[in-house]
Amino acid sequence: MKLSKLSALAMTTALCAPSAFAEEMANELTLVSWGGAYQTSQHKAYVEPYLAANPDVKVVWDESSAEAVAKIRAMNEAGNVTWDLVDVVASDSMRLCDEGLAEEINHDEDLAAAPDGTPASEDFGDLIVSDCFVPQIVYSTTFGYRTDLIDAPDSVCAIFDTEKYPGKRSLQKRPIDNMEWALYCDGVAKDEIYDVLGTDEGVEQALAKLDTIKDQVVWWTAGAETPQLLADGEVVMGSTFNGRLFSAIAEQGQPIGMLWDMQSFDLDGWIVPAGLPADRKARVMDFLKFATDTQRLADQAAYISYGPARASSAPLVGKHAELGIEMAPHMPTDPANASNVHTYDYEWWADNRDDLDAKFQAWLAK
Amino acid sequence: MSDITQSGPVLAADGTPLKRSLARALRMQKLRALMLIAPLLLFILVTFILPVADMLFRSVENRIVQDTLPQTVEALADWDPASGQLPEEAVFAAMAADLQIAAREKTHTKVAKRLNYENPGVSSVFRKSGRKVSKWNLAADGPFREKLIEIDDGWGDVELWRTIKTYSGSVTSGYFLNAVDMQLGAEGPEIRPENERIYNTMLIRTMRMSLIITFSCILLGYPVAWILANLPARKANLLLILVLLPFWTSLLVRTSAWKILLQQQGVINDTLVWIGLVDDANRLVLINNELGTIIAMTHILLPFMILPMYSVMQTINPSYLRAAKSLGATDWTAFWRVYFPQTVPGIGAGSILVFILAVGYYITPALVGGTKGTFISNLIAYHISTSGNWGLGAALGAILLAVVLLLYWVYDKVVGIDNVKLG
Repeated sequence: MKLSKLSALAMTTALCAPSAFAEEMANELTLVSWGGAYQTSQHKAYVEPYLAANPDVKVVWDESSAEAVAKIRAMNEAGNVTWDLVDVVASDSMRLCDEGLAEEINHDEDLAAAPDGTPASEDFGDLIVSDCFVPQIVYSTTFGYRTDLIDAPDSVCAIFDTEKYPGKRSLQKRPIDNMEWALYCDGVAKDEIYDVLGTDEGVEQALAKLDTIKDQVVWWTAGAETPQLLADGEVVMGSTFNGRLFSAIAEQGQPIGMLWDMQSFDLDGWIVPAGLPADRKARVMDFLKFATDTQRLADQAAYISYGPARASSAPLVGKHAELGIEMAPHMPTDPANASNVHTYDYEWWADNRDDLDAKFQAWLAK
Repeated sequence: MSDITQSGPVLAADGTPLKRSLARALRMQKLRALMLIAPLLLFILVTFILPVADMLFRSVENRIVQDTLPQTVEALADWDPASGQLPEEAVFAAMAADLQIAAREKTHTKVAKRLNYENPGVSSVFRKSGRKVSKWNLAADGPFREKLIEIDDGWGDVELWRTIKTYSGSVTSGYFLNAVDMQLGAEGPEIRPENERIYNTMLIRTMRMSLIITFSCILLGYPVAWILANLPARKANLLLILVLLPFWTSLLVRTSAWKILLQQQGVINDTLVWIGLVDDANRLVLINNELGTIIAMTHILLPFMILPMYSVMQTINPSYLRAAKSLGATDWTAFWRVYFPQTVPGIGAGSILVFILAVGYYITPALVGGTKGTFISNLIAYHISTSGNWGLGAALGAILLAVVLLLYWVYDKVVGIDNVKLG
């Protein structure tokens, strides 16, 4: 009796935690992210519960995602990779994967399945844009406008209409999104945008459209700039990441409205740098499996208005952790906000980015 | 009478010739001095000179193509791109073989990224093909020309093969040509189409604006340095702290402060509108253009101008001015003919410091420069940290370094580096 109880206990222990005994895991974990409210949401939703379950582990944050590609490449060349898990946008994950700087992930094996048993690769679906990428959130680059300075616009083309909406606008200092919006507002059908942009005439057409507002544009490079410019009244409308606008509107009570028309979806997720020692890699994979399961991704949405990347997380999205407002209507993926969206073509940009960047920079400097 | 019968060399106490003994002592002294600075020299060599040299070397290094596609490069040797014909089957077979190895080692996408800088679109051709080609049986599955073109019709483009052939050498001038707005065309180097030219404009703009900033620093700094040098020590020290105070404040904080002051809804515009000097609808544009960069950078670099001028002015004896005046010079003549020439070494030192610092600035222009007030360093930073084109970034950096050294040399010829004094 006693013996069988003991052996049963031993059995369950062995069954419950096979992975923990399987290999030695490092106890330090260096995570890289973007800082600010976004990193806080990751810390609260993934890291705090993970640390509660694994009290021996120490987590260090590094806010270097903006220059992640360059730094990982430098670390790789120096043969001393100090990061364990890096948060990057989808296009950067493709580049890192292309250059062999990120570890390929077997999504079904390495990640948790949805609660109903759907394998991870189906749960994430199309959002797995590269073999190395574990998506976390869907965010969008969209417009905010000053509700007290201009009439509420209902189309993205308001940025090109300086008569009806006078005042400066802020746009991101890169060709991505801006070129597409320019063509869309110049009458190009949505599904033909990339075909047109692939020709020299198409590039000229997009730049000519942007030329009409060039002297009215303040170009930004950091996501925090547009909310600040809007708050100061320096611009009357501007593009930025939807979560930044959410916090300016809901958390700071600024007189800013959201313009969701033709919002540009993008993804953010994790990559594991290539060449980690076995013990560190074991720890990272353990954390990664936990941090990207259905519940954790849904929890993150309580801190920031970015949509969880798993289909199974969407129904679990609840209220804002502090403000208590329903988060679903503020998600870029909410049906009411997503009636007309622009889906940015990763493959196309991976091919053409260097070329268009040169043309865009030359146009800016003119 | 004791004659000096020996007429040989003068000897030291130990019997060796004095000349040799002196030389040895001198050599020992030099060696000791060298040993004293050896740790610093080694430190600079390892942490500064070698990494910079390594980075600069990337501007010509191009081994990746022949390392990843060795058989293709060899097979392409006999192909003439000018013929306008696609290469023969042997080249396609070599490419299939190379791709299989490269896909296994995951290097096919690396070489694709390199070639994509020169020919947009190559990146996806390689990425799409890698996985499919690795499943082929090289011995049996030929011919490969049709099969590759079937995967992606990019393989049927002569341009793609020309790009591979052009960039198959282990060193390339491609990055440097790109950095001066040129490219390797079918008939050697050619100027890029107008809508892609940017780097020459940026280099000239960087030089011009750095000169403007240097001159405005001289103009603003000279009177301040003069007051500092002519006040009693106690007051001068107090004022000197005011000069140094911004020096100890973070660069980012100072730049952001300028943003708040200069923007259209900012302090300066608000004040001008309130006074009535400027109409509310026509607020001045003081930021996100050249003016913004010049104002903010002049402020940030001013201490580098004031300090050398101040220390030179301090050494100028005031009795020279008194003597000039007692001999009948007017205030202006005394200043211009007697005082000013003595301060030139200070101006020279300050100008070199400010100009060289200004040429390499990128944080401030990025924040307040908009599109017209950014420098070439902003593009270097962009290629190093965002686009990942390190070769181009290195070439731009090398050109900037060469231009600065050239200007330094010209400066030495014109002003003379011996005439520069830091105090």
